[in-house]
Amino acid sequence: MKCAGIDIGSRSIELVVIENGQQIVSRQTESGHNPVERIKELISDVSFDKIMATGYGRSIAEVTFDFSTVTEIKAYGVGAASLYPGIRGVLDIGGQDTKVISLNEKGKVLKFEMNDKCAAGTGKFLEMMATSLGYTSETIGESALLGNKGIEINSMCAVFAESEVTSLMAKGCHRNDIALAIHQSVCKRAIGMIRRQNMNFPLMFAGGVANNVCMVHLLKEAVGPDIIVPESPQFVGAYGAAILAGEN
Amino acid sequence: MSDYTKMWTDLGLDNDNHNALLEALGGAYQSIYMAQEKRAKGMEYFDFVMSEAHGLRIKELCDEKEAGKKIIGSFCVFVPEEMVLAAGCTAVGLCSGADFAQEEVEQVIPRNTCSLIKSFFGFKLGKVCPYMEVADLIVGENTCDGKKKSFETFKDLVPNFYQMDLPQTKTPESKQMLKQEFMKFIQQLEEMTGNKVTFEGLKQGIASVNAKRKALHRLSSLRAANPSPVSGLDALLINQVSFLDNIDRFTENVNAICDHIELDIKENKGVKEANLPRIVISGCPMAVPNWKLPSVIESSGAVIVGEESCIGERGLRNLTDDSATTLDGLIDAIVDRYFQIDCAVFTPNNERVDHIQEMVEKYNADGVIHYGLQFCQPYIMESFSVEKQLEKKGIPVLRIETDYSQEDLGQLSTRVEAFVEMIK
Repeated sequence: MKCAGIDIGSRSIELVVIENGQQIVSRQTESGHNPVERIKELISDVSFDKIMATGYGRSIAEVTFDFSTVTEIKAYGVGAASLYPGIRGVLDIGGQDTKVISLNEKGKVLKFEMNDKCAAGTGKFLEMMATSLGYTSETIGESALLGNKGIEINSMCAVFAESEVTSLMAKGCHRNDIALAIHQSVCKRAIGMIRRQNMNFPLMFAGGVANNVCMVHLLKEAVGPDIIVPESPQFVGAYGAAILAGEN
Repeated sequence: MSDYTKMWTDLGLDNDNHNALLEALGGAYQSIYMAQEKRAKGMEYFDFVMSEAHGLRIKELCDEKEAGKKIIGSFCVFVPEEMVLAAGCTAVGLCSGADFAQEEVEQVIPRNTCSLIKSFFGFKLGKVCPYMEVADLIVGENTCDGKKKSFETFKDLVPNFYQMDLPQTKTPESKQMLKQEFMKFIQQLEEMTGNKVTFEGLKQGIASVNAKRKALHRLSSLRAANPSPVSGLDALLINQVSFLDNIDRFTENVNAICDHIELDIKENKGVKEANLPRIVISGCPMAVPNWKLPSVIESSGAVIVGEESCIGERGLRNLTDDSATTLDGLIDAIVDRYFQIDCAVFTPNNERVDHIQEMVEKYNADGVIHYGLQFCQPYIMESFSVEKQLEKKGIPVLRIETDYSQEDLGQLSTRVEAFVEMIK
């Protein structure tokens, strides 16, 4: 049986199809302004017997395509536990949400926390800051790793942080140093959430921001080496949804 | 529906604003309440009261006024209704459950004020709350800093404001202070009505309010049944209506719906499927028409079995002892009863966690959703320790911080759905 999982996020949509425990399809597209069309394109030439949708846009998939749905919290938990048996927690930093999820030995969600409604400390925030500094979201992490510590970004609000960055640039600070400070501020928020939940390790770092080398570096620096970054951190939710589709 | 335009105009409401509000309310009511698949028999009465909340009910209050009665409006369950009734007055709760005239509000109080406070300012500035306009006295109580400081501004917006001080600790001295404040309140009522608060009057007042509480306690107990015989949304509505309706008629109708529900339970009938995840909501009050979080919870496949809230058990549990034989004895009994309210403005306030835990056990709840209004310091502060203490006892908790806007509905749903998946 072929089971599909689709993770409809604010920035990107991922599709995974599994058969006999093997991933036979994994693909990604940008969510754009019309996610329904994007979903159609993404699944048009893929065959599957069952499908489950997750992510921010799951309800539109339920209404439009009659897909079953599951929250990204559960999907990430199931995906992480299946990829790395023994994993005890997930930090997921996506386009507009940051989540920390505590899991028991079997991968069941014990507790979770999500950021509030603003985009501070999320992928969207990093993307905005990258643009202000003349990087892209793909390059800002590497450049930040070259930066020197010492600057602090205090604003939690993406809009205020942008003006803070502008004034730092006007002061003549090197953009790599500013980029590092931005990563530190995002990381600080995530660590706060991890500590507040008193999480067990190993912890999986997933979601699009886990592709950012500086974030991974800072996170390990702060909480220790027991951080696992999967090969395709953005696909963990879709993978989990595919597994759940099979159990449905 | 009758045309109440003249009455509203006479009360000083802004008809355009008021129509806009009624339209929005009607829409929300349809999509949240009338869309429920099954409802307990007897809800028709409460639907009717809601549909006439700004119409027939206001007409009744106007008629009472004409007959010489005074209407006492308040924002808080600390204002003793027994005393209001004993002075021959009618008590009503004032509107504070929706955003209105936000821009005007933010000209007089800061933007980062909780939704509830902003709401009653908005209803006043937008001239859309008939209860506020019909009231002969508006009682503001010194609970949280937000309220007591905002009253400094609010008292200039209404001609008939009365401020009641409240203690913040549970010491014998504080209790004495509460008694003094209640005595002052009696004096105020007596002065404005020319009526004397007598032993018989107060005894009668206590009887009416206790009967209302008993009816609501009865309803609460029935919610322990599985499958749930009444939705959490409807139970909340009944609690909300208790602040608007004529007290004796309300009590009668709560008992009537309980009679229906008892029959349903005997036949193992419910309005929800059996064995749904069961939730207790705890935290800030939900005034009409603040149905956002309950509606998210019950459309996520869970059922709400209790509200640890001012509009819920915090406001209603504990009867007033009516055994005293003197007026002063009855006043003491009222002070005793109100002094037990475990509002987060008190420090310490450990009784509240014990009560939440009691409710979880009594109603067989699977988890607690703590509801904090953004910028509500007392409840958000407490939410951390409430969460910790309940989790220590193995009770799952989800902390939600939100306001009256609809913009976070997506994220709220994700959190609530994930919590429901977790406790299933």
